[in-house]
Amino acid sequence: MKTNKIAQLALLAIAWFLLICPLTPSVEAESAEAGSSVAGTVKFQGTPPKGTRMEMSADPNCTKAHPGPVITQDIEVSAAGGLEDVVVYVSDGFGDKAFPPPSQPMVLEQKGCSYRPHVVALQANQKLEVVNADTTTHNIHPMPVNNREWNKIQPPGMPVEESFAREEIAIPVKCNVHPWMKGYVAVFKHPYFAVTDKNGNFTLKDLPPGNYTIKAWHEKLGTQSQMVTVAAGQSGKIDFIFRQ
Amino acid sequence: MQTKSRTTVFLALLVLIAGASGLAQEAKVGHLDGNQRRGKDLYQRYCIYCHGKYGDGQGENAFYLDPKPRDFTTAVFKCRSTPTGTLPLDSDLYDTISRGVHGSGMPSWKPLTRQERVDLIAYIKSFSPKFTEEKPGTAIVIPDEPRNSPESVTRGSELFQSMNCWQCHGKEGRGNGPSAASLTDSKGHPIAPFDLTSGTKLKCGESDKGIFRDLTTGLDGTPMPSFSDALKPDQIWDLVHYIATLRRGKDSPKSELSESNGSH
Repeated sequence: MKTNKIAQLALLAIAWFLLICPLTPSVEAESAEAGSSVAGTVKFQGTPPKGTRMEMSADPNCTKAHPGPVITQDIEVSAAGGLEDVVVYVSDGFGDKAFPPPSQPMVLEQKGCSYRPHVVALQANQKLEVVNADTTTHNIHPMPVNNREWNKIQPPGMPVEESFAREEIAIPVKCNVHPWMKGYVAVFKHPYFAVTDKNGNFTLKDLPPGNYTIKAWHEKLGTQSQMVTVAAGQSGKIDFIFRQ
Repeated sequence: MQTKSRTTVFLALLVLIAGASGLAQEAKVGHLDGNQRRGKDLYQRYCIYCHGKYGDGQGENAFYLDPKPRDFTTAVFKCRSTPTGTLPLDSDLYDTISRGVHGSGMPSWKPLTRQERVDLIAYIKSFSPKFTEEKPGTAIVIPDEPRNSPESVTRGSELFQSMNCWQCHGKEGRGNGPSAASLTDSKGHPIAPFDLTSGTKLKCGESDKGIFRDLTTGLDGTPMPSFSDALKPDQIWDLVHYIATLRRGKDSPKSELSESNGSH
């Protein structure tokens, strides 16, 4: 009986190390230390390629939504050289720290038979709300490598709510019905990411002090990285330049 | 307290057992249990030439095949009874191995014994960690087929239009819709939408229930989406009934076709 007890204790200890330890991420109490932000601009240097026209005539519902021709969204550069739709994110610096997903969903809209926004970034397990604001039926088809692939038909007005469980930068999204429609969904395990606006600007908010690797990803131009040290209460600035 | 610690001990034992067996992939179809080691031997004899040593679909014959052999490392499968985005049941993989995939290089493996086919499944699942990390989806329910009627066919034909089936499959179901030429599978290989009038066998089985299932689950890894969130089961049956008219059009003798009202 006594040996039984000892055996039980030993097993408990083993169970602790095998089962509970590795599954408990170190969730530190977030000290409300003045969150520092890192902001900057992503620029494109060189002559931006001429976009090609998206040929939508196969579906009159799509052509009807636009007064003129629609140009592809691959490389969008502002007059001042700002590069849109670059995902800027902390790629290293948090270890295994776990971050609960925000309750607010990210919205991906299909409007005029294109994706708005063209690049969406969200947290793992955060809801992705896919909206069909068009008068035609789409299929929404993300093609991930680390996450599960799914593919749903979406007639006008039907809601689709999904999420991705694992980090992945970035998942291509397609509508096979309208082959010119392409977009990306970037999934992060933490909340420190941003997508550049039409002027190429981004802000990573509320970063705790520390050393980080910041990366910038563009669907056609690849990935760049920089190291940055964030001090308490000080906002940092970094810029990226993509060339072609 | 006592029961609680008992439970913990039980859990600990489970963890130990799982650890000791190296998280062996299991497969179960009916009363048959798959054996991964035997499955590996069979795989190396029969499957490796197309699906490759690492299960990534890059066997030496793969270059010559269209569509390409399945890449098991992605754990994405066309023919499933489970919803889009979920892993297939062992019985789904068993059905595919047994039936073969029509229109592809994948033959029927009925010459293998049932046990051998289940052993293969145990080994095939070991190529992707997803089979240890996730549970398979829950099989969809296929309600009884409502009576086929001209009204149902008409409703189906309207859905074929409004759901944009024709964008890929073509107005007459010949697989020649405006988007047909652009289609690729999820690995970027060109893939043709099914010619519904061809009368050849469908990839995932021939029965009306099989077509209902394909429409409901979608064929993951291909452009064919799932209709389960968009349509009610009755509407999916309407589509099945309409698709049947496209298929029968080709099967019926020519004279009969020309004498019919020509609406096919």
